[in-house]
Amino acid sequence: MEFNLSLIAQSFTFAILIFVIVKFVWPPLLKAIETRQKEIADGLAAAQEGKSALENASKKSEETLNEAKQKASEIISQAEKRASEIVDEAKNTAKTEGDRIIESARSEIDQEVNRAKEGLRAQVSVLAVSGAEKILRKEIDAKAHTAILSKLAAEL
Amino acid sequence: MATNSTTEHAGEVTATEYINHHLHFNKQSVGEGDHPFWNVIHFDMVLISVLLGVMVAGAVWLVARKAHPGVPSKTQAFVELIFEFVDDQVKGMFHGDRHAFIAPTALTVFLWVLAMNIMDLVPIDGVAELAKLISGNDHIAFRPLPTADVNTTFALALSVWVMMIFFSIKVKGVGGWLHEIFGSPFGMPKLFTPKSFAGVIGLLLSPLLLLANFLFNMIEYISKPLSHSMRLFGNLYASEVIFLLIGALAATGILGVLGSIVLGAIWAIFHILVVPLQAFIFMMMTIVYIAMAHESH
Repeated sequence: MEFNLSLIAQSFTFAILIFVIVKFVWPPLLKAIETRQKEIADGLAAAQEGKSALENASKKSEETLNEAKQKASEIISQAEKRASEIVDEAKNTAKTEGDRIIESARSEIDQEVNRAKEGLRAQVSVLAVSGAEKILRKEIDAKAHTAILSKLAAEL
Repeated sequence: MATNSTTEHAGEVTATEYINHHLHFNKQSVGEGDHPFWNVIHFDMVLISVLLGVMVAGAVWLVARKAHPGVPSKTQAFVELIFEFVDDQVKGMFHGDRHAFIAPTALTVFLWVLAMNIMDLVPIDGVAELAKLISGNDHIAFRPLPTADVNTTFALALSVWVMMIFFSIKVKGVGGWLHEIFGSPFGMPKLFTPKSFAGVIGLLLSPLLLLANFLFNMIEYISKPLSHSMRLFGNLYASEVIFLLIGALAATGILGVLGSIVLGAIWAIFHILVVPLQAFIFMMMTIVYIAMAHESH
């Protein structure tokens, strides 16, 4: 144990080293580390934020999708309903039209029949008259029997 | 590590002479006169400790100068590892602005003492041969381990002691500091309150109480730097002496050489643990002492 000037020299060395570390080494390291810590914390917060935003977005998109699906099915059912309506309408129209055509055809037929009947009637009366004329030419005066003949024709 | 040592001494030098030689400092006289304190310096200790101080401070300064908050290089990560380690220790014990002084001081102590302690693992005879080669003097004394010199450890411990008193006075004021020296740990009787019998007795006994407090604090103030410096010195000095004994063993023949290789390896591996541990302990005590100075009793 011998103390000498080394004690003073080492103390000065120590003081200078402390000065250098306090002034030039500690602050830049501290700054770098604290900045990085802050950056990492910010990054983590941003990631968390992004995650929750993504969650919100996916929830929203699912909602929208569901809404769209619902709307689509609504539209489809409406369209189906409309289609069946149209078909029914068409059926009805067709039926009435058919009926109408049948009706008109029938009435035309009736008219034709009547006309034919009229024609036949007239012809029959003419034939009857002409036949009777031929038979009765000799013995019956046409003028005298006209009244009877026309009455007969009317009855046919 | 003295295993590669002293076959050349074997013929002429005894083990005691060998060990004694290696325990001599490179003493140089300074200035006029022959005062044992003011005119003598251990050149080897100062040279090596200053070189190591420049090396460690320079190394961390080079890293700190280019320190950036982005992805750190491996070197920067290593320095930051030490930084965080020291900072964590300080954070646990000191509750104030540690970045202004106490934490960087702790880092200084840790790095410097660690570097000096590592010299324990450098082969002593290797250093001695190198010193001989450089100086051309065959009998030059040159020791490589600055922390095995009381001057170094006391320089550190007394500097810390001065900081301790400085911060004690800075934080509490001169009055507060004196109050602490005379008023703790046993307390100080309230003066001028002799209202009861017990109060009168207390007042009569108060000088004794103050004296007890003062003596207690003096013991604390003396024991702190002593235990601080002697712990480091004792560990490293003992380690060096054991290495020297192992080196002396190598001079006893071929078995001695083999034995010294094994023992030297074991002792060196053990000191890979002791060297940073002692540096750590020295740093922790530095932090504790300075942190305690900031707290009032």
